[in-house]
Amino acid sequence: MTSSENFVHPYIPNSVPSVRQAMLEEIGAASIEDFYADIPAGIRLHRPLDLPAALRSEVELTRHMEELLARNTSTRQVLSFLGSGCYPHHVPAVVDEVVNRSEFLTAYAGEPYEDHGRFQALWEYQSMMAELLDVEVVNVPVYDGFQAAGTALRMAGRVTGRRRVLVATAIDADKLSRIRDYVRPDHDITVVPVDPETGSADLDALHRELAAGDTAAVYADAPSALGIVDSALPRLAELAHDAGALYVVGCNPLTLGVLAPPSAYGADIACGDIQPLGIHQSFGGGNAGFIATRDEERLVAEYPSRLFGLAPTSVEGEYGFGDVAHERTSFALREEGKEWVGTAAALHGIGAGVYLALMGPQGMREIGDTILAHTAYARQRLAQVPGIEVPYGDALHFADFTVRYTGGRTAAEIRADLKERGIYGSVPTGEHEAAFCVTEVHSKADIDRLAAALEEIVK
Amino acid sequence: MTAHHAPAPVSPEDARIAPKPRLRRFQQASWDEKLIFELGSPGERGVLVPAPDPAIAPVEIPPALRRAEPPALPEMSQQQVLRHYLRLSQENLGADLNIDVGQGTCTMKYSPKVNDQFVRDPRIAALHPLQDEDTVQGVLGIIHSLELLLKEISGMDRVSLQPAAGSAAIYTNVAMIRAYFAARGELEQRDEVITTIFSHPSNAACAKTAGFKVITLHPDADGYPDIEALKAAVGPRTAALLITNPEDTGIYNPRIEEFVRIVHEAGGLCSYDQANANGILGITRAREAGFDLCHFNLHKTFSTPHACGGPAAGASAVTEELAPYLPRPTVEFDGERYRLDDDRPESIGKMRPFYGVVPNLVRAYAWIMSLGAEGLRSAAETAVLNNNYLLHKVRRIPGVSVPYAQGRPRVEQVRYSWQKLHEDTGLHSEDIGLRAADFGTHYWTSHHPYLVPEPMTLEPTESYTRADLDEYVAILTEIAREAYESPETVRTAPHRSTIHRIRPETLEDPATWAVSWRAYRRKILGEATR
Repeated sequence: MTSSENFVHPYIPNSVPSVRQAMLEEIGAASIEDFYADIPAGIRLHRPLDLPAALRSEVELTRHMEELLARNTSTRQVLSFLGSGCYPHHVPAVVDEVVNRSEFLTAYAGEPYEDHGRFQALWEYQSMMAELLDVEVVNVPVYDGFQAAGTALRMAGRVTGRRRVLVATAIDADKLSRIRDYVRPDHDITVVPVDPETGSADLDALHRELAAGDTAAVYADAPSALGIVDSALPRLAELAHDAGALYVVGCNPLTLGVLAPPSAYGADIACGDIQPLGIHQSFGGGNAGFIATRDEERLVAEYPSRLFGLAPTSVEGEYGFGDVAHERTSFALREEGKEWVGTAAALHGIGAGVYLALMGPQGMREIGDTILAHTAYARQRLAQVPGIEVPYGDALHFADFTVRYTGGRTAAEIRADLKERGIYGSVPTGEHEAAFCVTEVHSKADIDRLAAALEEIVK
Repeated sequence: MTAHHAPAPVSPEDARIAPKPRLRRFQQASWDEKLIFELGSPGERGVLVPAPDPAIAPVEIPPALRRAEPPALPEMSQQQVLRHYLRLSQENLGADLNIDVGQGTCTMKYSPKVNDQFVRDPRIAALHPLQDEDTVQGVLGIIHSLELLLKEISGMDRVSLQPAAGSAAIYTNVAMIRAYFAARGELEQRDEVITTIFSHPSNAACAKTAGFKVITLHPDADGYPDIEALKAAVGPRTAALLITNPEDTGIYNPRIEEFVRIVHEAGGLCSYDQANANGILGITRAREAGFDLCHFNLHKTFSTPHACGGPAAGASAVTEELAPYLPRPTVEFDGERYRLDDDRPESIGKMRPFYGVVPNLVRAYAWIMSLGAEGLRSAAETAVLNNNYLLHKVRRIPGVSVPYAQGRPRVEQVRYSWQKLHEDTGLHSEDIGLRAADFGTHYWTSHHPYLVPEPMTLEPTESYTRADLDEYVAILTEIAREAYESPETVRTAPHRSTIHRIRPETLEDPATWAVSWRAYRRKILGEATR
């Protein structure tokens, strides 16, 4: 006797009792229980799972989900200045159209024959990212920018055979936590605090740390957790290379229409998150990571991820695709491969590719200029609010920036008061310090409205 | 029009259309599409960007940080970008158009469309993870409720939905095992992890990445995990057993409790890779088998779409004893309000920038809610019925054998072997797969190493009809017939696909591999790239 005998569900065609019976008869089985013969009675669950009653029709399910969704207030319904690792950018309609195509959304691990399209789309993504980053090798996306940074540093460790990692720019605490956990077996991390006045890397301190000659990699974020694109980024390359270390830079790819890519100022490995490239915020569910290097065998050999390559077919003029140097991977070698590879974030790569193709060089330049200008304006405007200090002087900021409240109220209190006025912002980074973010989706009027609200709140 | 001819007289017979043949005459889309870099022309725009307000001054970028040359991205108009990608999408089969039983171990079940609608709603898609908790009570409730559902389905005490995918969940579990022994001062001593060769490669690879030595058990003569090998492997250095059950062969290890007991007696922990849980939902759980940790792949068992290889989602579940080590923040509920708890000093930290792949958590939640306990049980039972039906038919195809566990049923998948067909014809399992593409379906061999020679792993899930399964069997039967009667047809396949056989040698040689357009231009075309 099975508990689901008369249950017919639209997702389970062979739950129709007569079909079930006919199939059992054809197999020669008495009941479905026969197939569970290897599962000992002692570990069987002898009761139904204790779950809520099913919402079997779409009507019931949709009504239930609607009640839950109604308890969220999205960034479309208010004015949001939240960034800090998940960015509010416009997602072009064509990006959504492509990534929601059934053929892409539901495909998995097809061969480059029946799934030629995903191979070409992902190879084109790699290629467009390579143009943006001015390198020749970019991977199929990994989980997120944190994972990309962790792997990039382990790659640097395998290339140099050294143990220490120096973090030269201000780093997000969660990102540091993730990287520390990930590299723990092979690497110790030293965070070199930035100059508190300028927010810039402390070159003297770095120089001292590098003197021991045991550094695998110098790591910098561009922009840093403070939103700063450090003018010392090129100098860090020299320091790292003079000490025999690799230079690893985490960057926001959306900056690269106007800002120099890491490879241009000496980075050996670039990494980061592609969420800004046309991926919805989705409560932090839209992150995906990239890793990029020169096309050098010693670097390519250290990627754990899939790298798609262009290859000829048996027919002249056909583009074929496949895995490059597959023997690196845990798919081929289990624990003898590099770290591991598995299902990660391929569809975000396809979406980011569509985004870059739509934007083109001109769009990428314009969006970079617009965000830089909006950020600078927001910093100037908020600096005029009594009780707000905007630190780090004229350092170049992109999207994220921080403020200090000098009037005694806390960042959390101010965040709550902003919310009451229909504004999301003031993410606490300290008791009296907070982060804001502006992008191309904000107007001057939006920023002025934020400043006016803060004038009433901060004091 | 100048049709002056009198129409010829017709009869009903002239209007009759012949019935469809047994096998579909499939032709994959083949647009002969160029690479995106060969499309467009200078100056075209795909999308426009708002310019800053004229009152806002532009920013002067320091020369050392300024980009010297614009990136050589395509310059294309909007419809042309759309058309390029739509053509590529048509050249992609996807599970929705496929009888996707050929991707064993991956549980290619139907991903309901209604669940996609919830995810695209701005009240999910446009939520920022750092919003005030009061403004995200709905999504926090979904995450918390899904944790509770999976808690009951696994029998464990606490669940984290932060891992980005199945392998990320395996890694999360290994990281918790490491933290657990570190807290007890045993990490120096316990530096070995035991797994089996028919557990997913990521069990071995994640353990190694986390700093453990890996011992891999091979099966006994009947294909069951070898208990004598386990006894020989465990000891004071054992940190954990990472094991799948049923394994990728579809064989359920009936001595699983004993495996767990042996490892526990040696002081190790047991972590259950439940990637293959689809056939045992509501039948047996990690709790009853005595495990300390387990994980699910929400994109497999719980229906979220596979998305060309992610985004996926993973769930890590643990007993109370391991709960302090779970990734932070956790989602807590006081009966009225949901909140994020970041104050967890023993936590392994963040596994992901925020809280998980939220769109897939929403989908998995909706899927479970649409089925309930009875529906999950029906899904499991039907997946197992479908698998044993397929087994009953596929084993009769000439050239196929079913290694191991003779006379025993399989759970939700089977690893078959084409060794006989290979010996008879010289063709490989890969060749069968390429020919399968000609019939509008996908086929994958198996994970390496090929312990089962010339392997094929079929997992029919609960999503397919009897007619679907019969069609898949008919395709395999036809390919086997061709292999014996006209092997060239198979050897040179695919014939009706987007492209023909790839010459993969160039992908292995550093001098010729081309991971990007600019690498191809420099290395193969000899062009000057900057």
